[in-house]
Amino acid sequence: MLRWLIGGGREPQGLAETIGEEQTQNPYTELLVLKAHHDIVRFLVQLDDYRFASAGDDGIVVVWNAQVWDCDTGRQVQKVSCFQSTVKCLTVLQRLDVWLSGGNDLCVWNRKLDLLCKTSHLSDTGISALIEIPKNCVVAAVGKELIIFKLVAPTEGSLEWNILEVKRLLDHQDNILSLVNVNDLSFVSGSHVGELIIWDILDWTMQACERNFWTQLDTQQEIKLYQNPNDISIHHFTWDEENVFAAVGRGLYVYNLQTRRVIACQKTAHDSSVLHIARLPNRQLISCSEDGSVRIWELREKRQLTAEPVPTGFFNMWGFGRVNKQASQPSKKQQEDATSCSLELIGDLIGHSSSVEMFLYFEDHGLVTCSADHLIILWKNGERESGLRSLKLFQKLEENGDLYLTV
Amino acid sequence: MISAPDVVAFTKEDEYEEEPYNEPALPEEYSVPLFPFASQGANPWSKLSGAKFSRDFILISEFSEQVGPQPLLTIPNDTKVFGTFDLNYFSLRIMSVDYQASFVGHPPGSAYPKLNFVEDSKVVLGDSKEGAFAYVHHLTLYDLEARGFVRPFCMAYISADQHKIMQQFQELSAEFSKASECLKTGNRKAFAGELEKKLKDLDYTRTVLHTETEIQKKANDKGFYSSQAIEKANELASVEKSIIEHQDLLKQIRSYPHRKLKGSNLCSGEMEHIQDQRDQAATTSNPDESADTDLYTCRPAYTPKLIKAKSTKCFDKKLKTLEELCDTEYFTQTLAQLSHIEHMFRGDLCYLLTSQIDRALLKQQHITNFLFEDFVEVNDRVVEKQESAPSKASQDRPPSRSLEECQIPQVLVSIGSYKSSVESVLIKMEQEVGDEEYKEVEVTEPSSFDPQESLDYLDMDMKGSISSGESIEVLGTEKSTSVLSKSDSQASLTVPLSPQVVRSKAVSHRTISEDSIEVLSTCPSEALIPDDFKASYPSAINEEESYAGEGEGAICFQASLSLPEPGEAEEGSLENTLSQTDSCCIGKESDSLRGPLSTPVHTLSDEDGVVSSPPQRYRQKDQGFHVDFAAENASPSSRDISSEGFPAYELDPSCLLASRDVSKTSLDNYSDTTSYVSSVASTSLDRTPSSAHPASPSSERHKKRAGQNALKFIRQYPFAHPAIYSLLSGRTLVVLGEDEAKVRKLVTALSIFVPNYSGSVKPVRPWVSSPLHIMDFQKWKLIGLQRVASPANAGTLHALSRYSRYTSILDLDNKTLRCPLYRGALVPRLADHRTQIKRGSTYYLHVQSMLTQLCSKAFLYTFCHHLHLPAHDKETEEMVASRQASFLKLTLGLVNEDVKVVQYLAELLKLHYMQESPGTSHPTLRFDYVPSFLYKI
Repeated sequence: MLRWLIGGGREPQGLAETIGEEQTQNPYTELLVLKAHHDIVRFLVQLDDYRFASAGDDGIVVVWNAQVWDCDTGRQVQKVSCFQSTVKCLTVLQRLDVWLSGGNDLCVWNRKLDLLCKTSHLSDTGISALIEIPKNCVVAAVGKELIIFKLVAPTEGSLEWNILEVKRLLDHQDNILSLVNVNDLSFVSGSHVGELIIWDILDWTMQACERNFWTQLDTQQEIKLYQNPNDISIHHFTWDEENVFAAVGRGLYVYNLQTRRVIACQKTAHDSSVLHIARLPNRQLISCSEDGSVRIWELREKRQLTAEPVPTGFFNMWGFGRVNKQASQPSKKQQEDATSCSLELIGDLIGHSSSVEMFLYFEDHGLVTCSADHLIILWKNGERESGLRSLKLFQKLEENGDLYLTV
Repeated sequence: MISAPDVVAFTKEDEYEEEPYNEPALPEEYSVPLFPFASQGANPWSKLSGAKFSRDFILISEFSEQVGPQPLLTIPNDTKVFGTFDLNYFSLRIMSVDYQASFVGHPPGSAYPKLNFVEDSKVVLGDSKEGAFAYVHHLTLYDLEARGFVRPFCMAYISADQHKIMQQFQELSAEFSKASECLKTGNRKAFAGELEKKLKDLDYTRTVLHTETEIQKKANDKGFYSSQAIEKANELASVEKSIIEHQDLLKQIRSYPHRKLKGSNLCSGEMEHIQDQRDQAATTSNPDESADTDLYTCRPAYTPKLIKAKSTKCFDKKLKTLEELCDTEYFTQTLAQLSHIEHMFRGDLCYLLTSQIDRALLKQQHITNFLFEDFVEVNDRVVEKQESAPSKASQDRPPSRSLEECQIPQVLVSIGSYKSSVESVLIKMEQEVGDEEYKEVEVTEPSSFDPQESLDYLDMDMKGSISSGESIEVLGTEKSTSVLSKSDSQASLTVPLSPQVVRSKAVSHRTISEDSIEVLSTCPSEALIPDDFKASYPSAINEEESYAGEGEGAICFQASLSLPEPGEAEEGSLENTLSQTDSCCIGKESDSLRGPLSTPVHTLSDEDGVVSSPPQRYRQKDQGFHVDFAAENASPSSRDISSEGFPAYELDPSCLLASRDVSKTSLDNYSDTTSYVSSVASTSLDRTPSSAHPASPSSERHKKRAGQNALKFIRQYPFAHPAIYSLLSGRTLVVLGEDEAKVRKLVTALSIFVPNYSGSVKPVRPWVSSPLHIMDFQKWKLIGLQRVASPANAGTLHALSRYSRYTSILDLDNKTLRCPLYRGALVPRLADHRTQIKRGSTYYLHVQSMLTQLCSKAFLYTFCHHLHLPAHDKETEEMVASRQASFLKLTLGLVNEDVKVVQYLAELLKLHYMQESPGTSHPTLRFDYVPSFLYKI
């Protein structure tokens, strides 16, 4: 394409999986660009079935309605600016009706934005992730450490809120980037060097640890040639009942909690780091990346592998001469020999011109992506929207008394 | 190629034996005579060959009390236009058909002269000798120095095409009324100013005389007055009387019935502003007070001078020019309006009618017409056509308006003022009027007769016109009857129209045949009928109908004025209407007259099987003034008509427009608007009207050009079809090229295929040099993109490549196109590279008609209820979808990708219909994940 435009020369090709323009399984055939922010849009929060809020570096929170196609321009809900330091993460403890903000220290707030209590200064890099675990505890990722804090609610003895450090988990060798609750039993943390540790949620012991787990799939040691830390850092997790899905560098990995094995992987899912992934109900996985694209994957059971001799040429690994999906098959197969499932690319969404920071999935209204290009894009199922518009059209006709039905 | 006769010969079937081959030839009298002007090299459709002027023009004439009828100016002011046409002669003709010109005088029982707010009269007049037909709009302007304070003028639209005048009568009337109203408003203003000056003079004179008298009184204490003193006293009394008279006049002119202003469409928004200001002035202050105050405060600059008490009615003084009679601003606006009229009615009648039908139909298509029509134009014309309700925009009126304008008070509608205007008709000629002059204008001044004579007058009028030797045939004299019966005289109101009157009229127009001037119609009696009244007043023209059928003479026409639009009827307040209907006993008459209105006008011609051919004007509410030609009407006229009906398919409308002006080669629309006006006779103006009607970008010229270039594109590029398909299906087409002019040209050409959003901006960007963004594809559907041969361009191309799934890319430099495959049937019909169409504007029309068809399909698809909603609860989405697909395929006959086009248009329709405030947002970007292909020449 570009080659055709520029008029000759080789098209610069990444190693990432590509899909052509024909994407029959991609339902997102309609998009709406929402523009309200003046800087990088970093966070999206789902509010209810159809509303969401976006927050960005411009310090504005905008509430949007994903239902309507000509969106309201959004409005700033409330601005909080009494933080002492950069806030890296927020979490809400519904049970206690408080919320916590993590920066250089950990602060506890109530609904009225009163500071209830706070920890001492923890680190200059600050808290990178924060999750709630049972027993009024929270886990904060600070650098290489996971610190467990216990929140003491006011009792008859003391009216003060208090937050106490309970335990430090020091098993990670590098900065912890991601931290999620997987289920009632465990939570998972991932680090910059690609360690994945599964912890028991109650006694905070390590249940499993996978260091460099991607390498177990490799038969070729050469692959390590291009493993710089960015390629193996774990940016984000998502999970379902059986699996943890990890965004590792540019790749995606599916780790089965039962078998403690990677059951599917896509080593170069994107041209650049994967920033956020989410699991959809229909066995689909969506990933967004610094390369500005959003990709839709489907987890498929592998068929019985045919005993096909696989050429394991070096050049294939580098993707030279690869122009389309077909040509890349050999290398992919080879990578995934050891896995029982595969992640198939079924579509990609191209719209943002810069890194896609995060996205939200609405079952009824499609996908919302936010990006460093200051935009939010609403991706919708065109067919469904068309039907909805028709419904609305006839509703309006009826309201206007212009609807005549003949039997 | 086998021609038609060959086919017949080879297929001698039964049905062909029926062919009337052996029928005898047509009798001589039925054969079509040869076109009389064929020898002159004119085309048979040119109806101008007989006329002495090259194209239609507007003539303003005055009936000067000094020299009689004289032409003042023509629009356009180009001697080539009227050529050898005798303006003086024609002025005499058109000025001599004004029945209305009534003069100010002392009505019996009234002490002071009354101003008569005469409604304009509108007549249609033909001069077969000159080959000229005219719509003539008479109006009177006030002039303090003129006889009876009035100066009769007329504006005439002169055309060689009789049918144009007849069929465009309503439009002409409406447009000329605007111009007239503008002129008269300005005139009233000037007249009021004149009166104020005069009053000051009189006041000053009175003071001087008074002082002198006092001095004389003091000097003379003998107890009796010297003749000198008596003379002075008389003079003083005369001045006093004059002051009162003038004050009364001033009051009258200022209490000009406001309803007339409301009813008429003013020339421009600016004028409406002025009027609104006056409304406010009138409502906030007592007119008398303000009249007094502004008498002394408003014009301090004027120094009063001593004048003679007796007004001078001499013939040696120079009469004011038209411009002097009228406030300059208003005069300029009037001229602008007139040149607008000239522009508006230029060209062939067929073209005018077609475009009128077109506009009327478009207005009906309010759900779909935004898609491909030039909304600017549509909106403009819609506004133009609508009776604009008095706008409340006066809130933000410019403060720059000078005081004097604000302080001229206007009295709101009041029965009193109306009555005065009715009464004022009952006037006698002033004594000063010279007898010889009177005789000369006898026919033109019917209202100068005594009311008692009105019935006699009717006959007299007929006879007079018959025997006058002036060769005037008055066919539609309903004006005179209606005028007289309704308002000219109270007495005649009670007298029912006698059969004799009617008969005499009928006779009158049967007997005359050789006259060169035929008054074909007069205005449906708007004159002297108060606007408030119209609803209950069918015009007298319907009376004509009842006996017009008998007339087998020259041309008879069926004219029907149906009930006015509801809006019009509402204009007058209910109260007014009621009270006035009560006061005049017309109720019965109007009821009986209303009968024939309900019968359709078309029936006559339909039954007779006549091809009433020119496209009939289309009216939504049928407020029309239908003019049909009956069967008996001599063959020439029907032949004319059918020639008009000839489809102007391959004729360029722009050419038609200009066909009257052969010398004019430039079709430039922008130059059209600058047709300027200047004086011919007594007026001294060289002002060019501020071009009040600038050509919109969607002008004829633009269309022509776009069509021409589109045609070129289709012929030149074999991949035109997929490119056009991209545009129609909402996939942004990027035209990439180095040469800006080339890119712009192609973008303009292709823009005729781009469906609009409901917004007011066409989604087309002719030239962009920065890299495209996702927003651009949502907003724009056709983009001209600059290609720079430098590394800086890499970003642009990279962005293009990144978003390639949303665009089709037409590379002008390499002559390639990258876009999805198209295998439909629609675009080949729309853009056939072997088309026989040669002209750009024709092609534009072709595209428009195809796209309109497409719109109707989209409309059908969008609004078919059963297609989009499940018939029952259990029906799945798939079933609904398959129903839609089969509808598109089978019912609408769409092939392959054509479905996408209709679906896209349907989405636009839905959005447009649901949008509360049109033009605020852009629709979502819809796209398909389909592979693109590279096309090369």
